[in-house]
Formats: sequence, structure tokens, C-alpha cells
Amino acid sequence: MRDAVTNRFKVIGTRSVRPDGIEKVTGQANYGADYSLPGMLWAKVLRSPHAHARITSIDLSAALAMPGVHAAITSDVFPDLKAGMEDSGEGEVDFHDLSCNVMARDKVLYHGHAVAAVAATSERIAEQALAAIKVDYEVLPHVVDIGVAMAADAPVLHQDMFTVGLAEPAAAPSNIASRSEISQGDLAAGFAQADIIVERSYRIPTAHQGYIEPHACVVSVNQDGQVDIWASSQGHFMVRDYTSKVLGVAVGSIKVTPAEIGGGFGGKTTVYLEPVAAALSARSGRPVKMVMTREEVFRATGPAAAGIVNVRIGARDDGKLTAMDSEVILDAGAYKGSPAATGARCMYAPYNCDNRRTVALDVVTNTAKTAAYRAPGAPQAHLGVECVLNEIADSLDIDPIDLRLLNAVDEGDRAFFGAKYRAIGLKQTLEAAKAHPNYHRPLANGQGRGVAVGFWFNFGLQSSATINVHEGGTVAVITGNPDIGGSRASMALMAAEALGVPLETIKPHIADTESVGYNDLTGGSRTTFASGWAVINAAEKIVESCRQRAAALWEVDVETVSWADGAAVCAGHDPLTLAQLAAKADVTGGPLTASASLNAKGAGPGFAVSLCDVSVDRDTGKVDIISFTALQDVGKAIHPGYVEGQMEGGAVQGIGWALNEEYIFDSQGRLENPGFLDYRMPVASDLPMIDTVIIECPNPGHPYGVRGVGEPPICAPMPAVTTAVNHAIGAHLTTLPLTPERVLAALDSL
Amino acid sequence: MAIHVTTSINAEPVEFLCEADDTLVHVLRDTLNLTGTKEGCSTGDCGACTIVLDGRLACSCLVLGVEAEGKSIETIEGVATPGALHAVQQSLLDHAGLQCGICTPGIVVAARALLERNADPSEEEVRYWLAGNLCRCTGYDKIIRAVLAAAQDLREAAS
Amino acid sequence: MTVSRFYSPQSIAEATAILRQQSGCQVLAGGTDLLVQMRNGVKQPEYIVDIKEIPGIRDVTLTNQGLTLGAAAPAQSVTERPDIAAAYPGLVEAIDMIGSTQIQGRCSVGGNLCNASPAADTVPALIAVGAVCHVVGGEGVRQVRVEDFNTGPGENCLKRDELLISLFIPRPGVGSADAYLRFTPRTEMDIAVVGAGVSLSLDPMGTVSAARVAIGAAAPTALLVEEAAAAIIGTTLEESALAALAAAAGAAASPISDKRGSAGYRTKVVGVMARRAAQIACDRAQQRQRRAH
Ligand code: FES
Ligand code: FES
Repeated sequence: MRDAVTNRFKVIGTRSVRPDGIEKVTGQANYGADYSLPGMLWAKVLRSPHAHARITSIDLSAALAMPGVHAAITSDVFPDLKAGMEDSGEGEVDFHDLSCNVMARDKVLYHGHAVAAVAATSERIAEQALAAIKVDYEVLPHVVDIGVAMAADAPVLHQDMFTVGLAEPAAAPSNIASRSEISQGDLAAGFAQADIIVERSYRIPTAHQGYIEPHACVVSVNQDGQVDIWASSQGHFMVRDYTSKVLGVAVGSIKVTPAEIGGGFGGKTTVYLEPVAAALSARSGRPVKMVMTREEVFRATGPAAAGIVNVRIGARDDGKLTAMDSEVILDAGAYKGSPAATGARCMYAPYNCDNRRTVALDVVTNTAKTAAYRAPGAPQAHLGVECVLNEIADSLDIDPIDLRLLNAVDEGDRAFFGAKYRAIGLKQTLEAAKAHPNYHRPLANGQGRGVAVGFWFNFGLQSSATINVHEGGTVAVITGNPDIGGSRASMALMAAEALGVPLETIKPHIADTESVGYNDLTGGSRTTFASGWAVINAAEKIVESCRQRAAALWEVDVETVSWADGAAVCAGHDPLTLAQLAAKADVTGGPLTASASLNAKGAGPGFAVSLCDVSVDRDTGKVDIISFTALQDVGKAIHPGYVEGQMEGGAVQGIGWALNEEYIFDSQGRLENPGFLDYRMPVASDLPMIDTVIIECPNPGHPYGVRGVGEPPICAPMPAVTTAVNHAIGAHLTTLPLTPERVLAALDSL
Repeated sequence: MAIHVTTSINAEPVEFLCEADDTLVHVLRDTLNLTGTKEGCSTGDCGACTIVLDGRLACSCLVLGVEAEGKSIETIEGVATPGALHAVQQSLLDHAGLQCGICTPGIVVAARALLERNADPSEEEVRYWLAGNLCRCTGYDKIIRAVLAAAQDLREAAS
Repeated sequence: MTVSRFYSPQSIAEATAILRQQSGCQVLAGGTDLLVQMRNGVKQPEYIVDIKEIPGIRDVTLTNQGLTLGAAAPAQSVTERPDIAAAYPGLVEAIDMIGSTQIQGRCSVGGNLCNASPAADTVPALIAVGAVCHVVGGEGVRQVRVEDFNTGPGENCLKRDELLISLFIPRPGVGSADAYLRFTPRTEMDIAVVGAGVSLSLDPMGTVSAARVAIGAAAPTALLVEEAAAAIIGTTLEESALAALAAAAGAAASPISDKRGSAGYRTKVVGVMARRAAQIACDRAQQRQRRAH
């Protein structure tokens, strides 16, 4: 059953109907905002009207005096946490910053920053009460642009922030939180060997993850201090742990029940509302519900980091890369922690080159604290490297896929980020792209084609699973990662495969934080990989237990009992199915149940290739996507339909970021487009069908060969689209998004 | 001052009280507990709140509760009959046409309305009809395919 | 402030009486603009007057004389009529551009006009086809040409107790046709960066004998650009005429720069939209001529 390499799977790889599907197509599924409790209050957050200001006073008294208002708070109710990075199990988090982001202390750092909150008997009263809160601000100069934020005379957000990672300790506070550098070989020698050197600087705007479900939660705090949370997130254990830190209460007194999640893409990997609702519930003695408006989502959650990516690459005439030098500067928003260093490590990962360096700068600005957005940092970084590689291919008159194949990493090569690659599917994916009919479609006048590669490490981390076999043979598979895009389906498929039972007998559940072992976030494409692995391990324990029970019933040595097609088998005996064994559980040692947990290692890197054709209206600058092909090595596609769905969804998000999506700020640092009307995500009529090609180069580090799917799809589209547009108009646009206005200006300046 | 409204929702008589400026989506979700209708933006830009009002699609975030007086409303809760999903619902399941599923109720209501008017829409017609239903997860591909397949299923069932 | 009362008058007289008696009234038709404006605080009415129950105000009638659009007729009740699309293809395209399918079921041409957004899609299209507003108020009835109806962004010529009841659009002749184009970054769900509506008539020789050109999102209100029409009257829409048309449209524009586009971009692209719309209108007029023969 574990024979990933020869692909002898029974149910894995089939396009089964997802177990939670009916609830979701009928409206029965409960998302964050769908929960209510008796006696519940509604809470609303007062947000800063300024991009940068000192809070001189907050007066809640008028709000508290209003009929129907039960509680009002400021950040005073939260403990003042010590600054410094802590390992949270979700990567490093500075809980002082997190707490200040949940509710501002002393200073507001962006327009929309939470300042106070009110709980009242209705949403309407809560909103009216916000208007009664008096806040005095001393407005400070602000900066929303990373380029400007790095200047010596820029307004400084944090007087205690001194750039980390400089050769000399920083003398003055700065908006550059950290600088990190990785280098290999001899750059100068590498550039000296080059026959061609291309150098460009790219600008990427702030983009939002754009999930359709606004953040929402219901929180109830009992008299005894027990905190119950129902929330939509990418990890209810994360919600528990972060809320416990911000509130200063023990993890053990918080229980989080996961709601269905209406999209996250990395944007629901932190807390905004839950600690606020808990504090209000504790003060009012009533359950408290909070739901963000879309405007709040845009102003105060997410977004993905804006970036400046400077790239210089040298190559020989034959296309061999001799030197790569880059600077990845990413916007962290109001608090440090952009994924600059992560992106910098991704962008070289597909290639071999002896001499290279990246410098990553993490910069703060007066904008909302950024969050992950699929492969965090990678799309921005890839944009630079991939576009420059395409320009080199053009100059050398080499096919851009051939150029990549010539330099592509393969098994045994050492990755730029340190590890040695085991089996990877980059070359296979590039060959498939080259062979794809879309790569050979003749281009008309005004059309252009672009190709690009994307990379993501994929994550393992901690997961737990429990399997309970019921009388009758139905199997409850209990995991602890919110199902953001069909992961219940893949858990069920893997459990059915491992147990050898029909898929219909498997009932996957996502349990609350008390009912299953700890799980890290749904993020980094780790759920199918790591939680799936825990499921496989738990299933194998069930199989083991079944063999022992059958051996006992048959009074034979367990070694003579094997497991096939969901039944214990032994020569001379009728097979005992899982259902039969479950029926006899009481006399064979009690309920048939098993749990497994792990901290999964061996995540297999994922590579993707995007092929994009565009046509450009030369009079208006409008770009139309006429063909888009997404190819990706996914290791093993557990459910090909949902794998393709990830590839298609990521492609369209990348297209949106490349063409139209951006945060637009006014001169006061206020976001001018906090809604779906002017934050222009692609709509159905903007797009052609996305062609997908799944490559399966099994991950040797996983029992079923799984790599992880969700991140690489967004890495390659931006450079593929940008290159296609540049080819269509014969220009070198480097600033995204490629709005009609920018494209027309480029056409006019040719 | 609360206003008394008498209406019909999924062919059932319904009465409720609301304020003059309460939106219908608020009434449906928070007063009547019909939470299948989702609210993604409150400004008519995402389609998650799609309902049918007197035979026409509408964003329930852009309708006042009081406007429901004497009208007939259909929501996602009324699309499936007991034991039988609508062809669009089944097709979305069969084609993996949903990931997170938050957009799905709106898509189902809107796509059903399309197929009631046009039994054989082209891909382009489906894309334009659903342009007001944002989906951030799927890139639309599988939704469009599912609607086209549902149309075919319905045509075959009718012939 | 919250809305304290909701009125649903059953007649024009009742509606105008309410408007006359109360200040702080806001007329509600489809609500697709109003509810957004109430939500973001741009409008904070004390009373809402829903005109949709007034008899006839949602009717759509096409006769040999022309088209009458009830002020609160939902867009879809116009766009789903093939006979109207055949007679006024440009106007119907413009109506079809307002929002999504869901919006189309509620929004009205009258509301689109009264809302007085400089970027409203139907307004240049209505101006191009010579639409006239039928307005009723306490002091009686008056007719207002669409190009005179709006007075600034968000402002129209209606007095406090006046109501837009319907729009009338005369039936185009055999050699006449209209077209509307707008520019948006996406295919749907966007506000026009610029728009242009053109109607024109061809003489039997194929020369443009009359034309009306209107542009949107290029000035505080949609504009009728007579110079642009003059640039093509007497021509067969040869390249030089189209270039002159585009230049005249651009010259008439006085747009703002905002998040949706710079003034320079708008000025340039409004000409592109105008010339393309003129070409489409001309093709349609030629088709009609051929069909008439
Ligand atoms: S909630 Fe109504 S359209 Fe988004
Ligand atoms: S499935 Fe998530 S928004 Fe459509």
C-alpha cells in the first residue's frame, strides 16, 4: 500500500466527491459569522483615522453610558507583553507586536489600526457607541512606501527598532528591521565570466489575499475563566495559543472550535478579533460576536507585502548562469516580519549557479501588518529573477525553457537555501511545458508569451490524528487542521487507502483543540503532507491492532495474519473485515481506536511553471489573458480535482496581482480602495480556462509521495504575465500592476 | 421604530420586524437564522449574498428588509428538495467546483437562475452571468465547467 | 443617524406630497447605489421614499414613436427585450454594463441618472440617443433633456418635491444607430474610467448626416460634445474624421485624476472610445440601411 513509486493506489488519485460537500452547496455549513449563542452581544472596533499618530487620551465613558452597551475596552485590558521573538510553534512571533496590532498602545501605526472596542446588544448600538468614544491623537508624519521608509530622513515608526544584521551595530533607529545576506562563491569573478549581464529593479504593490469571508468569531468567557471560541481561521490551535498570549491566560483554559473557513491563503494565520471578543465577554459576562466589514478586512488584515526587488544576473553566451546578485526588500507593514528572507531563498532555488548573493531587507511602514499570502515572499522575489532570465534568453536568442533546463537543479544538487535535493520534478515540469501545445500556438500581432518558474519549500511540522472505528465499520478520521480547500477529501482518501476500505465508510472530522492532539497551522501546504501522514500512521495502528485481534480470535500467531482489502486474512480462516472486527471489539480488547502524531520532516520541494499568452490593446493599454497554462510537480495528487483547483486558483491570484490588484493610498496614508469595486480581483469574465498539467514526481520523504500543492501556483504567474506583456509591446515594464495606464505609457514612450 | 414585514421566503409565509434601514441580508442571517446566504462585502460587489427576489436575482445586501413586504424571496436554503440536490449543486460537487465554499451559495442561486432562462449557455455567457460572484479560491474554471455540465444534465433530463 | 421612516407611496401625488412635507427624504428605486452610499455614510437620509410601488413606474414600453422607460424599471426588464436591443443597441449595451447580473435585477436607468455619477454608463448613451426626462413635482410637469439633468457630481436638477417618472427616447430612423463603449480595467464589475456614446444617421450615400456624441467620466457630468459630432457630420468616417472626432472628444474632456485613472489617461482614452463607438454605430446604421432595402 505504501508503494508510492509504482503508483499502485486504489482510491488515492480518484476524483471523489468531498465529504463536506453537501453542507457547502446547500448553505448548511457554518462559517465564522454563522455562529450565534443565546444572550450574545455584538462588538465593534474603533479604528484609527490616521496613518501615524500618538494616542494622547481615550475616553470610553460616553460609550459605556449608552443604553445597550455592556462593555468597552482599550489596550489597557491586555498585559503589556515583553518584546522579542518567541518560537510559537508557528514560526517566530513577537507577541508584543502582535498584542499592539490587536489593539494599539501609545501609538497608532496605520489607518484602520484598532484603538478601542465596544460590546452592545446589537451591531447598530455598538456602532453608535463607537461614535461616542473620544480619542485624542497627536498626528505624526507617516510613510507608506517602502522605498521612502528606508530613507534616512523618513518618519520612524518604532523608536526602539535598530536594524538587525548590519556589520556595525546600528547607531540610530530605522524602519529597516533587519538585513540578512546569503552568498556563495565569488560574485565579481562570476560577473567577469559573463558574456551578458542584465540588471533591473522591480516594484510590486501591496496586494490582499482577498478571501471572500471576513474574519469572524464568537467568544464566551465563563465565570470560572474558561474561554470558548468559535472562529474561522487557518489554525484553531494558533487561535488558542495567540489568544492565550495576548490575554495572559493559560492555554489550558481556552478551547477553540473551528468554524468552516471561507478562504485564507495565509491571511488567517494570526488573530485580530478573538482576544478583543474575549476581553469584552469577560467584562460583560455575555458571549460576544465580532464580524469584520470588508473595509476592515482591507484596512486592517492581511495584506501581502509590497516589494522592491533588484536583480543582476550574468550568463555566458551558451546560457549558463555565472553570477546572480539580488536585493529583496519587502514591506512588513506596521510591525517587523516581512517574508523578505524567505522570498530571497526561493527565487534562486530552481537554478544552479556558483556565484550568487541575496540581500533581504525587512522594512516597516505605516500600513497594516502584512500576513502570508500563499508562498510568502516568493512571488515578489521570483518576479525579479524570472523576468531577468527571460530577458537574458531573449538577448542570447535561447528558448527561455531551454535556458532554464540548462541551469535547472536536479536530484543531488545542493539548493541555494542549503539542503541537498532529493528527487524533484523541475526538469520534468519544464519539459512538459516545452512540449505543451500552448507553448507552440502561433502568436498574432499584439500578442506576447511569457514563461516562468516558481518554487516553494513545502512544510511539514506538527500534526495529530485520531481514528475511531465504529460498529458497522464506519471510520471517523479526526484531524485538527481547518479544511480550507478540500483537505477533508484528501484525509478520507488517505485513510481509505491505508485501511483498504471503501471511501464511503470514512467520515473525516475537524475537531476542536480539546479533542485532538496539537496541530500547527493550515499553511505552507503542509496539511495533506503532514496531517495526512498522521492519518496514515493512525490507520496503520488500526491495521496493526486488527491483525492482533484477528490473530487472537483465530488463535494463531499474529505474524501469519496479513491485511488486504480492508480485512484480516489468514490461511484456513474466512477473512475478518474491519466491520466484523469492530463488531467484536468488546471481546478483543475494547474500542478500536488509534491516534498518531508527528513532527513531519522530509517535505518535498515543489516547482511550478507558468505559460502565459496575452494580447494588448495598443490604444488603451488593456491586457487580456488569452491562454494560461499551469504546470506543477505535486509529488502525488491525492485528489486531482482539488490539486488542479489549487493550481487554477493560484494562477488567477497571480494574474490579478500582475494586472490590477494593488493598494492605493492617498496623501494622508489612507487606503483609497478598501472594497472589491476598486480593489480589482479578477472576475469570471476576465479569464480564459486555465490549463493545468499535474506532474507527479513522488516525494521520497512521504509514504504516499505527497509534496504539497497550494504555494507554487502563485509564484510563477507574475513574471510569466509581465514577460508576456513586455514581449507583446516590446517594452521592459518593471512596475506592477501592469495597469492599462502603465502599459499605455510604456507604449507611448517606445 | 421597528417595522413589521410580511413576506414569503422559499414559499413559506414569514413575518419579521426590522428597522427601516436594515438590509435584507441582515434580516435573513441574523433575524431569521437563514445563514446559508453569506455576506462578503455588503456593497454588491461579491455576490455571496445572492437571492432571488420576485423572480430576479438580487444582492440581498442591497435590498432593505422592508422592501421584502409582499414579495417572494428565494434563498440557497430553498434550492435543494429533500433528498435531491439541484443539478447545479450536484455538478459543483462532481467537478470540485468549490474549495472553501463561501462563494458557493451565491453561485448556486445565480447559476440556477441562468439555467432557468438559458438552457444552453455558452462558456462566455456563463462567465458574464457569474461576473458578479467573486470566487477567490478556484480561479472560476471548475465553477464554469460545473455550470456548463449542469446545463447539459438538465437538458438531457428534459429530453 | 438612522432612517426613522420608510414610505412606500402608491401614487405620484402621494410621493411628491411626502417629498414636499418632509425634509431629509431620499428617494429609493433599485437601491443599488443608495444602500452603498448609506453604508459608507455618504448619504444619511432620515426618511426613505420607495417609489417602486407607484403604478407604471416600472413599466417599459416600446412603440413606433419611441421607448418609454419607467424611472424604476429594473435594468434587466430592458436588457431582456430583444426588440429594444434591436432599436437601441448602444443604449441597451450601456444599461447592461451597470453592475452584475444581481445588480441588473434591481438597478434602474432612472436611478443611474439621478445618482448623477459622472461615470454612470447610461448617461452618455441616453444623451447620444436624445433621451428626455419626464419630471413631476408639486408645481407640475416638466421635460428635461438628459444632458441638462445632472448639474454636478452627485447633483441633479430635481427640486425637493420633484420626481423623475420616466425617460422617453425617440425611435431612430432607418439609417440611424447608436453605440456605447466604456473603458474599464476588468471586463465587468468596474466603474467606467471613461465612456462614450455615439448615435449617428447616414444618408443614402453613406455620409453621416447627423450625429450626437456624449462622453462620460471625463467631466463633472456626462457631456454632449457638439464639436465631436461636427467632426464626423458630412464625412464617411474616414480616418481623418475619426481622428478629428477623437481629438474633439479629448479636447472637451476636463477629467480629474483619481484612483481609477489620471486625467491624462482619461483624456486620451475617451477619444479612443468615441472613435470606436462611432465606428460601431456607423456599421450598425449601414446594416439597417441594407436591411431596409
Ligand atoms: S455581500 Fe452582497 S454582494 Fe457582497
Ligand atoms: S470556493 Fe472559496 S471563494 Fe469560491
